[in-house]
Order: sequence, then C-alpha cells, then structure tokens
Amino acid sequence: MIKLQDICRFFKVGDETVHALDKVTLDISRGDYISIMGASGSGKSTLLNMLGLLDMPNSGSYQFEGKELTTLSEEKRATFRRENVGFIFQSFHLIPRLTAAGNLELPLMLMGMAPKERHTKVKDALANIGLADRANHLPKQLSGGQQQRVAIARAMILKPPLLLADEPTGNLDTHSGNDVVKILEELNASGITLIVVTHDLELGERATRKIKMLDGKIIEDVTSEKPI
Amino acid sequence: MRITDYSLLALSSLKYSRLRTYLTALGIAVGIAAVVLLTALGGGAQHYMMGQFSQFGANIISVAPGKTTTAGISGAILSNVRPLTIEDAESLHRLPNIITSVPAIQGNLPIERGNRTRWTSVLGINHEVPDTWAMEVGQGRFLPNEPAEQARNFVVIGDTIRRELFPYTKPLGEFLRIGGERYRVIGVMKKKGQVLGLDMDDIVYIPVYRALSLYNRDSLMEIDLRYTEGYDEEQIINNIKQRLIERHGSEDFTITSQDDIIGTLGSILGILTAVVAGLGSISLFVGGVGIFTIMSIAVNERIKEIGLLRALGASRRQVTLLFLFEAAVLSGLGGIFGMLSGFGIAWLLHYVIPALPVNIQWDYVIMAEIIAIVTGMIAGLVPATRAAKMEPVDALRSE
Repeated sequence: MIKLQDICRFFKVGDETVHALDKVTLDISRGDYISIMGASGSGKSTLLNMLGLLDMPNSGSYQFEGKELTTLSEEKRATFRRENVGFIFQSFHLIPRLTAAGNLELPLMLMGMAPKERHTKVKDALANIGLADRANHLPKQLSGGQQQRVAIARAMILKPPLLLADEPTGNLDTHSGNDVVKILEELNASGITLIVVTHDLELGERATRKIKMLDGKIIEDVTSEKPI
Repeated sequence: MRITDYSLLALSSLKYSRLRTYLTALGIAVGIAAVVLLTALGGGAQHYMMGQFSQFGANIISVAPGKTTTAGISGAILSNVRPLTIEDAESLHRLPNIITSVPAIQGNLPIERGNRTRWTSVLGINHEVPDTWAMEVGQGRFLPNEPAEQARNFVVIGDTIRRELFPYTKPLGEFLRIGGERYRVIGVMKKKGQVLGLDMDDIVYIPVYRALSLYNRDSLMEIDLRYTEGYDEEQIINNIKQRLIERHGSEDFTITSQDDIIGTLGSILGILTAVVAGLGSISLFVGGVGIFTIMSIAVNERIKEIGLLRALGASRRQVTLLFLFEAAVLSGLGGIFGMLSGFGIAWLLHYVIPALPVNIQWDYVIMAEIIAIVTGMIAGLVPATRAAKMEPVDALRSE
C-alpha cells in the first residue's frame, strides 16, 4: 500500500541542520497495525506527518498504491488527505465552538456534501462510538475519552484506508485510554491500516509490527506473527 | 464546500466570542449609521428645497427678455433686444394648452399710508396670479380681469404689509400711496411665510400696466405661463419660442422651465449629499481597520484549528474563504445593525424636530451596505491569506 524510499527531512536550526528523517525506507501493507516508538526528537512524529502528507520530504520517494505523492500540488495533497487519511491527535483537536455533531460534520462540509446526507452520516457515526446522546454537547462538556472518541469518529467519517494516531492516549487516564485503543483496534480489524506513534510501551507492544526510531533512522522493525 | 456552510461556520465562531463580535460590528455599524443618517439629512434638505420651489406652482414656464449666450454683446451696448410686452403675454396666452399668462415686473417702491412709509417689493402683474403661482387670497379679492391699459388703481397686499400698515384697522377699501399714486386695497393675500429666505408676505401686487409706468419701463421682466398638467413641456416651449420669434423677428428672449431650475438645484444638492456620504464613509474605513485587527487576532488564536482543517483535507483556498466569510459576515451584521440604528435615529430626529427634513436615501443605504461588506472582506483578506499560507504541521504544533 505504502512505499517509502530514502525519505529525508531536515530542518535548519540556526547554523545546524537537524535530520528529522534520515534515508527512511519503509513498506506498509494494507491492514497493518504498526506502532512507531522512540525518544523525543527521534523523528517518529515527522514520519507520521510525512505519511499523512502534512509534511513533505526534502528528498526520497513516497508511493501510495503505486502513485508517487511527493510531486503533488498542495491542493491535491489536501484532497488526498481528505480521501485517504484519518488523523488522531494527542490533544484531540476538536473545534471548541462546534458541538460533537458539528465537529463530525466538518470533513463532510469540506467536501461539499448536502446537509441531509451529512446528518444521517453524523448520526450513525455518533451511535457507533456510543455518543448519540451527546450530539449537541460542546467539547468542553465532554470527558477526555469522549472527546477522543469524537475525534476518531471524525477521522473515520469518510472511511479513509489509513488511520494515523499521534499519542492517542497521551492525555487520557488508563480507563479512557483503553476504550480508545479498543476502538482503534476494532477499526484495524475491519481492514483499516493503523499507525500509532507512542511513548507508551504497553500500547506500543500491542501492535503487530513494532518500529523503533533513533535520530531519524529506523533501528528496529519487528513483526510478530500473531495479532493479539 | 457550500456557501451556506461557510456562513454557518463563520457565524459559529462569531457567536463564540460574542463581546468581541459586537464591538467589532459596532465599528462598522457606526460608519453605516453615519452614512444613512447624513445622507438622510442631505436628502431631506434636497427634498425640502424641491418642495419650496414647487410652492411657486407647478408646470410653469417663464420667458425673460434678452438671450443668454456665452458669446455676444450685452444688450446694453448694442440693443436690438425688443421689449417683452403685455401684448406678448396676451399673445402667448392664446397658444394651445397655456392656461394662464402672467406678465410681471418687479421693483422696490415706498408705500405710504398716513404717516407710515414702508419700502417694499412692488409686483406688477395681472389677475391670473392666484391660478399661476399657487397663492391664495385671504381677504377680499385679487386684481380684477380688465384690459391692461384701463386697469384701475387697485392693490392687493401681502400679510406683512397688512400687519405693518394696518395694525389696528381693516385694510379693505383703504387707500395707499405707492410711488406717489393712490391705490385702493381690494385684497389681502394669505400668509405664505418664507420661501427660500424671501418673505413672500412683504409684497404688494398692482396691475402690470401701472407698474410699467411707475418704473418708467417699456419691457416686462418676465412672463410666467402655466400649461396644462401632463402635456409635453418641450412641445409647449417650442410653441412659445415660435410665437415670440414671429412677433420679435429673432430669438431675443430666454425661456426657462421650472424643470430646468429644479434640475440644477437637484444636482447641487445631490453633490452635497455625496460629500456628506463621503464623510460618513471615513468612519466606515475606521470600522474596516477594526475588522482587520480582530481577524488578525482570530487567525493567531486559531492557528491550531487551521492546522486541523488542513489535516481534515481543507485546501488553502477553503481556509482563505472561511476567514473571508467570517470578516464579511461580521461587517454585514454590523452593516445591518448600523442601518437599523440609522433609520431609528433618523426617525427619532424627525419625531423630535419635525421641522428638520429627513429623507432616507435608499441608493446610499444599499451602497453603504455593499461597501461595508467589501471593506470587511478586504480587511479580512490579509489575515485570511496568512492563515492559508501556514504549513499544516507548524500550525498543528503551535501552542
């Protein structure tokens, strides 16, 4: 599904050049459950952003189902993100002014879907995460776990094949964290490619394929035979 | 993305920071209210002036001796201008669709009654004045219809003259000396007040033939003709022109229609209104600066949100439009609020000071509203573009 070849990404900090990604080569198949672990500054978040086309490499090639993405224009990348990638963030990134339903509606609005169609989709999605009765609540009226569930539902509302999660449980207590992980793993079981960046060893160990990074390089890439 | 969705999202963020929205919208509202109010006053003045002019009566065409041209020699040096005569007035009266014809001459003369003397405007006219100039007789009657040369020494006086010369007695039947001649008062005009600053009641009316001899002139100053309502003014003016050229041999006269005067006056007052609107738009500009400030702050506050939108697949164009819409809705709301308060204040002014002419100028109101929205969008453009230019990763990472 995804083929990364010699991806380099460096930033200039003052006179020094920091290599966030240093010739990373990676193959990802459809339905993979991958965890990316490593110390702060090891480049794991940059890799995730690269996969989601939020960031562009300085060199190297990124192919998605055989199509080269590094040459896409910004507008095309936006369309690609909308259609193929769901993002989950540590801090949820819900828009505080919009209700749970309003947040779920955003990607549908951006693609220009008719309000009627949107409402049924949003209703279904809220029911799926067990928050049907919270549709009209603002994010601040929801618990952290509920907020992250809304964020997941929003990421998945257009059914993208790739789900990228950056520390999805980082801001949650163990109980809510487990709920969120359960939902993510269910999505993976239904065929969605799940890539999780985390500090949390326990969460990292759950993935079937575990990647460790250091100084912008992949230093370990282990695939366990049986999924948990 | 749909336009309704842009507006919906814009409204949701405006509703979220309510006080700020109100204050920013207020800036625009003040501008719009200023334009609405000032143009209403300007328009009111225009309306008022027009009203004053039409008090002279409607459908009037006046003929004056001498031709006004830019090239040529003044009639005083080489006079081949024929006088405008009472016969001319009578001849014009016979043209089709001319209802009345008033030959007129005006000057200032002393009017004496007993030991009181008053200098006043003495108009030489004929019996058709009440039907021509929209004036009414209060007491007695107006000058009788009699052949010009045989007109008797009758005078009709204005209300101010009555008050000054006959403070305690009834004027009808009394005698006045005008320029040394004896005239009998047969009527008093109804009080008219001031028209364009002239006291319309400080006038006496005597037969035109008498006035010509009093002033020792052979030409009238003007002939006022009233034509039947609804007829083509141009056609009537042509008839008058032809008839007078026939009589005089050349075009040695000037025809002015009331429409000409009102047209000129209207354009002067129109400019006044435009100037006043320009003044009002200065405050509109200040309001635009307010929107610029608030939108810049909004973009800064919502950097993360911009990152998120980009992650969800929003294009740069969509992000730009989102902020532009917000600015436009903000200024549009301010505009509506300003318009309503402009109307309110205009109405209140009219209610408190009924003499003050107020007339809402819809063209300016609509223009101001459009300018408000455009101002808002221009003010929102820079912050919106800045928002769109952000790199999604940086935006998401910002704290």
